[in-house]
Amino acid sequence: MKIKGKVHKFGNDINTDEIIPARYLNTSDPAELAKHCMEDADAKFPQKVKKGDIIVGGENFGCGSSREHAPISIKASGVSCVIAKSFARIFYRNAINIGLPIFTSREAADKLKSGDSAEVNLTKGEVTKAGNKKAFKAEVFPSFIKDIINKGGLMKYAENKK
Amino acid sequence: MGYTITEKILLAHAVGTKDIAPGDFISAKVDLCLGNDITSPIAIKEFRDLGKKKVFNQNRIVLVPDHFLPAKDMASANQAAILKEFAEEFGIVNYFELGQMGVEHALVPERGLVIPGDLMIGADSHTCTHGALGAFATGVGSTDLAYAMAFGECWFKVPETIKLVFTGKPRKWVGGKDLILHAISDLGVSGALYKALEITGDAIDNLPMDDRFSMCNMAIEAGAKNGIIAPDAITEKYVKTAIRNYKPQRKAYKKYISDKDANYAEVREYNVSKLEPVVAAPHLPSNGKPVSAFKDVKIDQVVIGSCTNGRISDLKQAAAVLKNRKIHPNTRLIVIPATQAIYMEAVQEGYAETFVKAGGNFCTPSCGPCLGGHMGILAEGEVGLATTNRNFVGRMGHPKSFVYLSNPAVAAASAVAGKILQPSDL
Ligand code: SF4
Repeated sequence: MKIKGKVHKFGNDINTDEIIPARYLNTSDPAELAKHCMEDADAKFPQKVKKGDIIVGGENFGCGSSREHAPISIKASGVSCVIAKSFARIFYRNAINIGLPIFTSREAADKLKSGDSAEVNLTKGEVTKAGNKKAFKAEVFPSFIKDIINKGGLMKYAENKK
Repeated sequence: MGYTITEKILLAHAVGTKDIAPGDFISAKVDLCLGNDITSPIAIKEFRDLGKKKVFNQNRIVLVPDHFLPAKDMASANQAAILKEFAEEFGIVNYFELGQMGVEHALVPERGLVIPGDLMIGADSHTCTHGALGAFATGVGSTDLAYAMAFGECWFKVPETIKLVFTGKPRKWVGGKDLILHAISDLGVSGALYKALEITGDAIDNLPMDDRFSMCNMAIEAGAKNGIIAPDAITEKYVKTAIRNYKPQRKAYKKYISDKDANYAEVREYNVSKLEPVVAAPHLPSNGKPVSAFKDVKIDQVVIGSCTNGRISDLKQAAAVLKNRKIHPNTRLIVIPATQAIYMEAVQEGYAETFVKAGGNFCTPSCGPCLGGHMGILAEGEVGLATTNRNFVGRMGHPKSFVYLSNPAVAAASAVAGKILQPSDL
């Protein structure tokens, strides 16, 4: 599957309080959470973001709390995937568990800039900047994680266990 | 090659494997799973969508509505009600209503619900706190909690371990909080990403349980998967008391200790004999510096509480500093004991009276302002000093407010001075 979108770039150590501030955690409604996505990192993000857009982060993206509201708000705001140099571990497993595509790629995270157009190949784990021929490669997922992703998240994977 | 304590506990709980090594993906049985009023509603919905009629074990699920209770608004009340309904319907033994409730990471050990050798997950990042008992405890998300409630299992990547060795005798007013803030300022907020932090050394051997909880609590602030301290006589005394007081259905526990030839990704040593109390400046817990480096930082609000430093010895230290003193007229002090039992003891020991006489507020157990929920939100431009664990942008209120982190004695002294100050300078 291929997705095209605009890049929104953020720095290192973007934490879950910036992704979805605690003042909005009295709900778990995805559409409601999307209205405040990334608000404390970039107040205009909820207005700017368009379906298919890509979030690019630096090191340790999604650090801080365990709130699944963070990847849920990102997914619900239409973002197609998050690319970062590294992910905080709870954010990483939450994204996989709810089926929000994430990619670890230093090269892509370095080279992509806000406003760039890029194309993401979800199946191959490749990101191509518009105008470039060569794609940035993302780290491959271990087969255990691939299984969960291919089933569409942990609960879908669990349904086979019933 | 030997195993670390973390590897031993994971191996003992792993399903379908006889050996493990860092980097392996495993499925493991969980002894205890925990959720709160923010994370459980999502988990409960996913559990219900699965259509299972029973949870894996009614005694091994703990639901604590601690974040926004006493309900701060209607939406929060509705979220808490989801927990209550679910607990009733599925016969969850360890659901704690307001009045029993406390901050989850203080409440769970106090009640003897987690014991050495356990594998515990919690849909809350500070679940790493419980590693202080020699258990493997880690924060996960709501979907993981749903899965664990249904199947009693969770997936893990076996972490590498970083060993932290603390040596020497800490000075007066220096405690577990300072040791861990010091280590995090060295490691950085992602220095232990995906890794276990094993906390050892003679300074830890003599460290009281409350301080050990503060240390493991903040393992996540260095990005760690878990913090862990090998169980010893201090652990044993704590656990036995908890089991005697509350009679959870937990008896036998297993003490795991790292093998001499265990493999570590890294070993870092800290001599803490000369360490001053540490204060972390906004906006990262890794911005720790000796308290004396902060000159004339005016403080609008001091918060003493949370899963990091809301335990009885924390309140005792704060009360010792505040005894016969008044807080600064431009500063407000909010003290929040972490559980009802701590609240009661603080009343009986006279600490509560000290706080109120000093001009402070003594509140009901809750996470309160720690995550900017309620009971003390900072206004635009305001500066807070808190004994909590995170000082991210907007963590305690307005995105343009500022939070410093410290131990309870420094927090109390700063409330008196109206600016950051160590108790010995009062
Ligand atoms: S006291 Fe703060 S850090 Fe601890 S569980 Fe509550 S909100 Fe989280």
